[in-house]
Amino acid sequence: MKIEAIHFGEGENDSEDRELRFDTCQSLWNQIKLETEQIQEDLNKQLLDNLVSFLRRSHSDFQEKKTEWTCRMKSREIPTAALVLGVNVTDHDLTFRNLSEALRNNITPYIALLEAKDCPGVKNLMQKLMGQLMNCSTDVVSLEDEDSVQVSQNRIRCSMNSLIDWYKSVTKKTDSETLSKKRTSSSRHQQSPPVVVIFKDMESFTTKVLQDFIVISSQHIRELPLVLIFGIATSPMIIHSLLPHSVSSLLCIELFQSLSCKEHLSTVIDKLLLTSRFPFKLGEKVLQVLINIFLYHDFSVWNFIKGFQLCIVEHFYSQPLSVLCCQRADAKKRVNSLSHDQCENIRRLPSFRRYVERQEAEKQIALLTADNFLKETTQKLLEDLHVYHENYVSVLRCLHVFTCSLPKYPLGKQIRELHCACLENQVWETEDYESFLQLARMLNKSDLETMLQQCVEILVSSSGNEFDKAIGKLKEFLTQFHKLEAEAFQEQDVSVSSQKELQKKTDLYHLQKTLLELKDSRRSKKLTKFEMLRFEVVDYIDSLVRNYLVPADHKTLHEIVYFNTASVLRGHLNAAPRIALHTALNNPYSYLKNEALKSDGGSISNKAPDICIVYKLHLECGRLINLVDWLEAFSTVVTAVEGPNADAASSDQVDDIIHARFIRAVSELELLGFIKPSKQKTDHVARLTWGGC
Amino acid sequence: LHKLEHLSLCISSRVRQHFSFPSIFIYGHTSSGKTYVMQTLLSTLQLPHVFVNCMECFTSRLLLEEILTQLQSCSPETEQTSQVPCDTFNDFVRLFKQAVATQELRDQTLYIVLDRAEQLREMEANILPAFLRLQELTDRNVTVVLLSEIVWELFRPNTGCFEPFTLYFPDYSIGHLQKILSQNHPPEYSADFYSAYINILLGVFYMVCRDLKELQHLAALNFSKYCEPVARGEANERDSRKLWKNIEPHLKKAMQTVYLREISSSQWEHLQHDDGEPGQLKGLSAHTHVELPYYSKFLLIAAYLASYNPVRTDKRFFLKHHGKIRKTNFMKKHEKTSNHLLGPKPFPLDRLLAILYSIVDNRVAPTANIFSQITSLVTLQLLSTVGHNDQLDGPRYKCTVSLDFIRAVAR
Repeated sequence: MKIEAIHFGEGENDSEDRELRFDTCQSLWNQIKLETEQIQEDLNKQLLDNLVSFLRRSHSDFQEKKTEWTCRMKSREIPTAALVLGVNVTDHDLTFRNLSEALRNNITPYIALLEAKDCPGVKNLMQKLMGQLMNCSTDVVSLEDEDSVQVSQNRIRCSMNSLIDWYKSVTKKTDSETLSKKRTSSSRHQQSPPVVVIFKDMESFTTKVLQDFIVISSQHIRELPLVLIFGIATSPMIIHSLLPHSVSSLLCIELFQSLSCKEHLSTVIDKLLLTSRFPFKLGEKVLQVLINIFLYHDFSVWNFIKGFQLCIVEHFYSQPLSVLCCQRADAKKRVNSLSHDQCENIRRLPSFRRYVERQEAEKQIALLTADNFLKETTQKLLEDLHVYHENYVSVLRCLHVFTCSLPKYPLGKQIRELHCACLENQVWETEDYESFLQLARMLNKSDLETMLQQCVEILVSSSGNEFDKAIGKLKEFLTQFHKLEAEAFQEQDVSVSSQKELQKKTDLYHLQKTLLELKDSRRSKKLTKFEMLRFEVVDYIDSLVRNYLVPADHKTLHEIVYFNTASVLRGHLNAAPRIALHTALNNPYSYLKNEALKSDGGSISNKAPDICIVYKLHLECGRLINLVDWLEAFSTVVTAVEGPNADAASSDQVDDIIHARFIRAVSELELLGFIKPSKQKTDHVARLTWGGC
Repeated sequence: LHKLEHLSLCISSRVRQHFSFPSIFIYGHTSSGKTYVMQTLLSTLQLPHVFVNCMECFTSRLLLEEILTQLQSCSPETEQTSQVPCDTFNDFVRLFKQAVATQELRDQTLYIVLDRAEQLREMEANILPAFLRLQELTDRNVTVVLLSEIVWELFRPNTGCFEPFTLYFPDYSIGHLQKILSQNHPPEYSADFYSAYINILLGVFYMVCRDLKELQHLAALNFSKYCEPVARGEANERDSRKLWKNIEPHLKKAMQTVYLREISSSQWEHLQHDDGEPGQLKGLSAHTHVELPYYSKFLLIAAYLASYNPVRTDKRFFLKHHGKIRKTNFMKKHEKTSNHLLGPKPFPLDRLLAILYSIVDNRVAPTANIFSQITSLVTLQLLSTVGHNDQLDGPRYKCTVSLDFIRAVAR
């Protein structure tokens, strides 16, 4: 973080606010971090609770049933939890950390987390396991010196037997401890707590190691209450494909499914972005980049949050006015203490310029010249912006209530899609919105009522105070619907009576006539009262949307709180190494910024670094490159500038220095993985990249 | 399992005849009672013995030390049970002589039983032959008994060794199983009642499972269900037909679920308690669907195509202007069957990416994320690397998932 502070100082706008900016950034990020951790915890709670109860159960079975007949008859199985976590492996660490934390608090101090890369063989696995178990016991029972000696001795002999001995001694110790101290720290755990072994990445373990370990431990399950937890990224089928029946029959597997990462993401977006709690906002393009990386590449919520953090840092670093991106009260104070430079910065903002142009002439002058007036206006504008956010979120949620239940989801199923659409441009001008309105006009009554009810709830719970009117209006609609219902009953009676009349008439001619009349009446009565009301409701929602869901970049001073430079983010998060390498070698100017290198297209300049020349030459070759030809070409390029007389001097004898430079460049290319020596032909190298012909 | 012992008494008498052999090799199928017979035999006859499971001792050093410690504890007068470091077989022979010398077992034969002896083959090459002629090496009255599930022919090292006396434990017949299983009935019910139950159980499970342990486990699991009508008073213990009708569909269901460990036995017991439908509890294989990121899906599909399509058809399938369409369809069908029988073929990374570019609609930038996805697919065991000797050579992969899986992904 120190480094970051220094970098903040290097910002091109060296205003005195950089310390303040850094602090704001830090505190904001800390808030957000806390929030995300909270979300994570809440989401995992269910899963963890299930697991904990499973462990408790498996363990109590172990103690109680020792004498029963069924228990004697049954072969002992190792209780196993198969934990399906989804393919987003990067998020798993956090889950496992939470899990082991929860277990440590509730069930047992004896937890070992094993990773496949540490366990190439049973021996390593046992070593790792015993090391972790014996260390964690030291946390609980403060060991005396002789005990630690014992531990180090045990580490030499890593067998199941020594593990059992250790377990016996430890449990005996805790038992005596509980007897003497009476409900101390260890009393949270039950008598003889189980030993939990967590396999973090089940898929990567070799079959043999797992099998051997399970067979060995199953033989000692009576002495050592072992519980296994398999972390599975793909599907539980992997258990069957990894373990043969003879081994899997030793396990008593129960399945636990964690929350899908997509749901996780929507909660995170819901809590972090669609709220007015945090002043910082993401622009549409940036959000799109982050969501795309999530959906297209890794499904990792952790990476999403990291990307979000990067956005925050980048925003506070590059935007000098980000000082004002803080809570309302602070922002007011900070506006008052803005320096002249910062005021100039505000005047330079495109959104502010647009705002100025809309004002009258004398106000324009005041805004552009008087700092104090500018500050006042800024305060007002910031206030407006804040109110806009509050209203925006509530109305967005209302709109989502409508869109998420329509067929084919014209504006997206998830609220994040809707959010993006609203940020991108004026949503009511899009085709999707048109189709949404059309579909909404065809909703049936009960759906419409429940939706209205939900909208009312959302608006009531929102903090904005502009919605009193809206709430009143919606409630009015609801009461009208109820009235309609009552009327509908009466109408039904009427229609029934008319039908009765119809049945009475037996004359064919009369029947035809009345039928026609009925038809006519239906056609003429185009809109029932319900339909009228429905139109009204939809129109009202439409007006709400037009009022409140204005895209953010139409708002003045949006640059202060919105981060919108997606290209920077994309460059950081979605790196393209091949393309970067190609540009570096093909067009060295883009990185070196040396004027002499500014090339004008296809020709190869001899001022470029050797490796660039060699690279460009090799692009023109086929799969096998003749080294001698390559050297010829290289020396021609390098010596080109010296003119024809120099060329004549070293006609066929290549200069030693050039030769050496060439060899160095070629070996550099080999290091970068573009070529490799070939055995097919002497003095040839093979190209490893495609694209040549 | 007294009956079991009774059954194998003939075998034990034969064993006793050959007690002086330096090594005995006993083999038979899973749970045919080898270990049990050996253990009961040695303990009932009160012979000095050491019993070691080779599975647990995954290194030779552990194995040798384990034998020595057990040896020490088997003699009464030696108190010191400290760990003796023993790295080589040479040390072992020396220490073994010491240990035996301290005891008064000289006149008696000492038995070293090595269970799951097939593990010995994976240790150092000298261990197995040395154990076989331990008598000769130590010059003591000792017999090594090897227990294994596979035949001696698979053990014989190519350098040649001392041939042990081999004994075969035959599999239990259905009659034997019946006898052994009905041997220990629960105390609340009569033996006849239980053996009738066992009869039904074997009728269902004998076709798929002859493992005694597994059968015992299943018997214990399902017995409470069998007893239900009796407990409710709807049928008495003799009413076997009624009981059979009650239990049979239940057992069949058990065969499909518990036996395959689709659902765990504790969940099964829970179900029995609630009388619920097992349909609500989905087994392990029900959750086959794997959610993958967008590009990972395409990568996997591309990998599958690269694995099962021959290279020469790539141009036809993935290029826009390939010409003959009619013929391709026919060819595709024909090739697919044969290729699926042959299994996946390795393909280079470049081919995978080329196919990926052609099957994804919009442009894909070869970003670091794409490459890291390939490696993460490898860690998920959906792809596997083939031959990683040269980093520069361009890694080659194989697609390890099945057609059904790909179909689910492609949907």
